[in-house]
Amino acid sequence: MSARRIIAVLLENEAGALSRIVGLFAQRNYNIETLTVAPTEDETLSRLTLTTFGDENTIEQITKQLNKLIEVFKVVDLTEGDHLEREIMMVKVRAEGARRPEVKRTADIFRGQIIDVTDNAYTVQLTGPSEKLDAFLRAVGESTVIEAVRSGVSGIGRGDKILSL
Amino acid sequence: MAEMLSGADMLIRALQDEGVEYLFGYPGGASLHIYDAIFKQQKVEHVLVRHEQAATHMADGYARATGQPGVVLVTSGPGATNAITGIATAHMDSTPIVVISGQVPNPQIGTDAFQETDMVGISRPVVKHSFLIREASQIPEVVKKAFYIATTGRPGPVVIDVPKDSTDPNETFEYRYPRKVALRSYNPTLRGHSGQIRKAVRALLTAKRPVIYTGGGVVQGNASAELRELVDRLDYPVTNTLMGLGGFPGTDRRFLGMLGMHGTFEANMAMHHADVIFAVGARFDDRVTNNPDKFCPDATIVHLDIDPASISKIIRADIPIVGPAAAVLREMNQVVGKSLDRNPDGIDRDALADWWNRIRRWRSKHGLDHDQRHRGDSPLLPQQVVQAVYRATSGDAYVTSDVGQHQMFAAQYYKFDEPRRWINSGGLGTMGFGLPAAMGVQFAYPDATVVCITGEGSFMMNMQELSTCMQYALPVKIINLNNAALGMVKQWQDMQYGGRLSHSTYRDALPDFVDLAGSFGHAGFRASSVKELDEVMSEVFSPAYKDKLVFVDACIDREEHVYPMAIKGGAMNDMVLERQPAQA
Ligand SMILES: Cc1ncc(C[n+]2csc(CCOP(=O)(O)OP(=O)(O)O)c2C)c(N)n1
Ligand SMILES: [Mg+2]
Repeated sequence: MSARRIIAVLLENEAGALSRIVGLFAQRNYNIETLTVAPTEDETLSRLTLTTFGDENTIEQITKQLNKLIEVFKVVDLTEGDHLEREIMMVKVRAEGARRPEVKRTADIFRGQIIDVTDNAYTVQLTGPSEKLDAFLRAVGESTVIEAVRSGVSGIGRGDKILSL
Repeated sequence: MAEMLSGADMLIRALQDEGVEYLFGYPGGASLHIYDAIFKQQKVEHVLVRHEQAATHMADGYARATGQPGVVLVTSGPGATNAITGIATAHMDSTPIVVISGQVPNPQIGTDAFQETDMVGISRPVVKHSFLIREASQIPEVVKKAFYIATTGRPGPVVIDVPKDSTDPNETFEYRYPRKVALRSYNPTLRGHSGQIRKAVRALLTAKRPVIYTGGGVVQGNASAELRELVDRLDYPVTNTLMGLGGFPGTDRRFLGMLGMHGTFEANMAMHHADVIFAVGARFDDRVTNNPDKFCPDATIVHLDIDPASISKIIRADIPIVGPAAAVLREMNQVVGKSLDRNPDGIDRDALADWWNRIRRWRSKHGLDHDQRHRGDSPLLPQQVVQAVYRATSGDAYVTSDVGQHQMFAAQYYKFDEPRRWINSGGLGTMGFGLPAAMGVQFAYPDATVVCITGEGSFMMNMQELSTCMQYALPVKIINLNNAALGMVKQWQDMQYGGRLSHSTYRDALPDFVDLAGSFGHAGFRASSVKELDEVMSEVFSPAYKDKLVFVDACIDREEHVYPMAIKGGAMNDMVLERQPAQA
């Protein structure tokens, strides 16, 4: 059964390490839906979160192949356990006339913040699981969205579970 | 005080400290400083090849025969890209080679400079790992890491890309070669999980129709002795993959021959009907399994491999064991030994006797030779040539091969009793591998008999190395199974495309290979019948030619096909065993 997975990877913060990961996905025909990467509190390490789709065998191969890369320390499929996921989105929405208060209200309901304003548009910032961002876009109506930028998913295990050296 | 050396000198010194004997290479602008460093020393012998691809195959052949890493030096740009095929070949067959490539100076990287190519990028999908030197001072440590990564865990090729400025003779650094290296994110498994090992032994001991199926991992992992011990204890049948030949003695009564697409009838039938399959250092390649959905329906799969990613990739393992073949088999032998000491009847001997009887029936019905009805003195059959080579070398040669029908005939008819004797490009299937690989073996073992069983198509892909053979006096014996065709392609066209031979023959445009060998200063012979073959063989392997390269142009039956052959999309027991009347 194919499902969405969130995979967290801890790797050396070195030039070329990221290209090996991205290359691996292309080479082996695995898909990447979102990808985020940044250095960790330990600057010699980077942490990468990616979301992908696949059945159990594919996901098992993905984690094994990732682990095989020399610069990769650890790979965790966060979706296997309790976890938190967040994505940030900035979206420019048409806000004119009667639409203006309505967009504001919708943003409030989704606990979004308006971070930029022009005469005919609001830029809303939203944080949450990807579905929440999807729901907001549906709520304001796709035709009113002028531009949206999403960060891709970051994930972390709940409770005591940590991903570290 | 530490010695002060330039980057180029450090590089060569590091190779010395790593114990490197030979450096197979070809110079160019970006590697000139390194070549000057080579000139100033005697410890590492540089071998000047005629094409960089051949350099990588030489290093690869050297590595496969010795277990030691082979080392290559090429220049940037075209030198680097020419090396890619050989790197990919080593990658697919997991052999340890280290490829050093020159690169344009650091400040010029990314500017489309003359002979610039992104070597780290272009090689990325076909290396185990790669390094780009940013500063000369990194060189000793990077070399140490490269050799460590290439040779440990599942071995593989490592590239070190060396920008010219980091080899500048005018800048010197304190040279210290690290004695040890630790990579915090790379820790190959050193032993297997004891619980899994006990489970595996239990499955093996309760088997009624077992098969041990072993691959290149037994050869590369130096686990042949341990495998023999296990088979001596259990008396179970063994089959080898194309890469695994020699991992178990080819003349042993428990050996079923090679399995897979051109494997023996008994090996494939035994696999298909097995109730327990113990796979060791093998990866269920598509040339073995045929259709994975129909693969060995009744078998419990025990899979031992150093690479976790090889396990349950194609065929789900019921009992996976990750670890080095030798260490795990050693532990298994202890557990099996103790268990049989305690309970000698802990193994179903009646069932096993039945199983062996079935296997013997398969073998007697369709042994490899069953299709070789005698066809007179000529045309010469390729199988007869391989058998003649086997006899003439007392089965004791290092045999390299290329890719095609001749490769399959060599694998089927030369019996390898020792590991590291059969050297071929199984994974990538690289035509042009055979001659340079044989040269690498001959460098490693100057006194050994090294035979390259090739086809005229493959040979012509790297025949320029005949010149290198002359320069270094390499007495390789080349046996050219000349069918005047890209035989394996032709076979598929005969079988699946109604005999439409689209671009698989050369329209009489082949050279006279005997003259060709002569023009490079070597000896050449031709044989077109069994009688001629016998005469030629007794000369070629006589002391008179011990120190000479000999090329034997064996003009064989142009219509011969390789059998058995798996039926596409079928199970392992779906095989064509001989030429079908319709295609005769
Ligand atoms: C570099 C490369 N190109 C193409 C192929 C595809 N191929 C596989 S076997 C073969 C024919 C080989 O001809 P030859 O070396 O004469 O061997 P034969 O099959 O005739 O014994 C070809 C073209 C290959 N394996 N490698
Ligand atoms: Mg041919």
